[in-house]
Amino acid sequence: MKKRDLVIVGGGPAGMAAALTAHKEGVRDILLLERDQYLGGILNQCIHTGFGISYFKEILTGPEYAGRFVHRIRNTPAIEISLKSFVVHLTKDKVLTYITPGRMEVVQARALIMATGCREKTREMVHIPGTRPAGIFSAGLAQKLINIEGLLPGKAVVIVGSGDIGLIMARRFILEGAQVKAVIEIQKTSRGLKRNIVQCVQDFDIPLYFNHKIACIHGKDRVEKVTVCRVDDAFNEVDDSRFEIACDTVLVSVGLIPENELIEMAGVAIDHRTNSPISDAVNATSVPGIFVCGNSFKVYDLADSVTADSELCGRMAAIYLSRR
Amino acid sequence: MYDIVVIGGGAVGTAVARELSRYKLRIALLEKEEELAFGVSKSNSGIIHPGTQNAPHSLKGRLCVQGNQLVRSISRELGVDFKEVGELIVAFTLEDIARLKQIQLDAQALGVGGLQLVDRSWLWENEPNLSHKIIAALYAPTAGIISPYRWTYDLSENARRNGVEIFTRTRVDRITRAGDHFEISAAGQTYACRYLVNCAGLFADEIAAMLGIRDFTIKPRKGEEFLLDKKRQNLTNHLIFPLPSPASKGTLVIITSDGNPMIGPTAEDTDDKSDVSTSEAGLRKVITSVKRLVPAIDERDIIAYFAGARPVAGDDFIIRHEYAAAGCITVAGIQSPGLTASPAIALYVVELLRKHGLVLRRKLFFHRYRKKTVHLFSAGFDRAQRLIRKDPSYGDIVCRCEMVSAKEIREAIQRGARTLDGIKFRTRCQAGRCHGSFCTSRVMKILAEETRAPLTAISKRGPGSALVVGDRAQEPPGGAAQEGGQP
Repeated sequence: MKKRDLVIVGGGPAGMAAALTAHKEGVRDILLLERDQYLGGILNQCIHTGFGISYFKEILTGPEYAGRFVHRIRNTPAIEISLKSFVVHLTKDKVLTYITPGRMEVVQARALIMATGCREKTREMVHIPGTRPAGIFSAGLAQKLINIEGLLPGKAVVIVGSGDIGLIMARRFILEGAQVKAVIEIQKTSRGLKRNIVQCVQDFDIPLYFNHKIACIHGKDRVEKVTVCRVDDAFNEVDDSRFEIACDTVLVSVGLIPENELIEMAGVAIDHRTNSPISDAVNATSVPGIFVCGNSFKVYDLADSVTADSELCGRMAAIYLSRR
Repeated sequence: MYDIVVIGGGAVGTAVARELSRYKLRIALLEKEEELAFGVSKSNSGIIHPGTQNAPHSLKGRLCVQGNQLVRSISRELGVDFKEVGELIVAFTLEDIARLKQIQLDAQALGVGGLQLVDRSWLWENEPNLSHKIIAALYAPTAGIISPYRWTYDLSENARRNGVEIFTRTRVDRITRAGDHFEISAAGQTYACRYLVNCAGLFADEIAAMLGIRDFTIKPRKGEEFLLDKKRQNLTNHLIFPLPSPASKGTLVIITSDGNPMIGPTAEDTDDKSDVSTSEAGLRKVITSVKRLVPAIDERDIIAYFAGARPVAGDDFIIRHEYAAAGCITVAGIQSPGLTASPAIALYVVELLRKHGLVLRRKLFFHRYRKKTVHLFSAGFDRAQRLIRKDPSYGDIVCRCEMVSAKEIREAIQRGARTLDGIKFRTRCQAGRCHGSFCTSRVMKILAEETRAPLTAISKRGPGSALVVGDRAQEPPGGAAQEGGQP
């Protein structure tokens, strides 16, 4: 079994910032595992601007923001990058098993940083009733299909949830020539950034319904329409408030969940309400030497904040290693 | 001219076709959907029942007990994972225990072996998450679990290897009698055959009506099921049943063959055979019922839900030769325990055919065995390592939640998957906690590549369910805005 000083799982903004700072703080043996075929994580599909305003004092797109860190990492030989590397097992003693095309590896890390990001809540998690036809996407999947693959998921879209990804995708669909019929938000206000509400929804006159939810999705093979209703303060349906919207696509953007299944497997304490590690300090976990940073620690609004906290994480790991 | 046409490519139709493929016969199987197992079978829970909850002299009871044995041997032959997990029917009161004793007597009369009434201390030791209000249970050790999809697909694959011709997207429109044979019009083709086996599930009554048989109707009884995250795979050790009601075996807690806890089903009579929608009311009902059995169940662990319809035609199965249409065998009303009974139904059908004049001559070579499909998630460390070394693409993980590699997806397509659902049912890719958010685009690309189809043709479950509506790469400069043929 190979031994490494620092293993970082995840090559998005969090993992890259942590790796660079750990290196700056003197760690010289770093392995960065990324399951995708490129570094940068979800930033690669975020082609809108708004990144880097606080960190670089510039307005960048997601790929540009990621690109700066990828460039720095590539110029740091002490950081070994292993792409298409998928961690399948983790123990409390920081022994990782990962799969990569052609082999399966086991490494022992002296310190471990998990920067595995988050996943989107699904339609199933918020129990939207109805049928299960084609045309129901998470906002992130729709974003990937449009921005990475050049495919248009649908032409008449209803978006559930007014978080930032949902709002950004509303604008994206309009720019692709699709219709956005409505954004449906169960809460009284949006969780999204003010700039996204203005620039992505209001500027395009997209109806935004607060205190509303989808009561039912209809359609046998492809989405045909949704039934929408108003809700009271307890999110229960208000009588006689139902109406229908014809659409071929439902985009679900109802929040993000930190991806912490690996550290949960290793026995790190997890708050099952949020799926975050139970912790008394940012980036720390119940197991010494296992750190979590970025969206897998908590869901951040801005990539710039992820970078800042993940740099701190790199420093924490370096201090941990120097004290041993 | 076919000797036999089987209508319906679910668990029963494929079992019948495979059983018949032992003999020197020309056989076709017609399925209206894009792929097999897309009807009633896709919503099956995968339980292999021991035979405990059937009326003592029922046909379904007899075929269930026989099927329980046959499923084991066929699973071994085909490489389907069969886990004998055992079931517990639980009792909260002394009256419940009296009912359990009656169930035990009825089941023993049917020949169900190994039944045992177990007490609280047994339950505490063997099923610690069970409600402490449960005072006893009837333990049936022969209950098991399989994947209903893999069962159907592996049977069909083996049937095809033994010469059965399988036609999907082939909906039967009309059947006529032409002298000594039937002529079946389906999807623009005519299939002539001497014998016909109607395994059309929810639509068995409509097929029968084409032959003038109108003495039964299929009433759909909808059931909603909810799947929990694999993280909770140690929730229970056995299949947990409440005492049965007249309408159903009740709402259960099981661990599926893939390791996900599953709770449900509901039982609701409907008139619409295509209604497989889920409801808030259904969820509430299921949660309330299962929390009575296993209080630790957390609704936040739900990662998927679906509904299916049981094809109900009275209390028992209808399996018979139709004298009004000699040569036609009806197999209808195959609700629970239909999956368990399916291999026994197949034998029963073959016997009926023989009785009614079909000459059965065994083939010299019947390919009894099938190479087991590889699933990385269940392979174990050493095996996985060997597989990845042998073929690097086993190490190319596409589905992160369920650990499915590019190799497994390609294999599924090579074995017949044509849709995203078909790939999901075969490999579990897209069936995990992210529900395909991360892997769908990659799966679409692999499917497009393997079938040499454009990405816009990739569908969830066949015509009308394409995933995307446009591809920039395929559009002329100027792009998507040019709709309706305007310049």
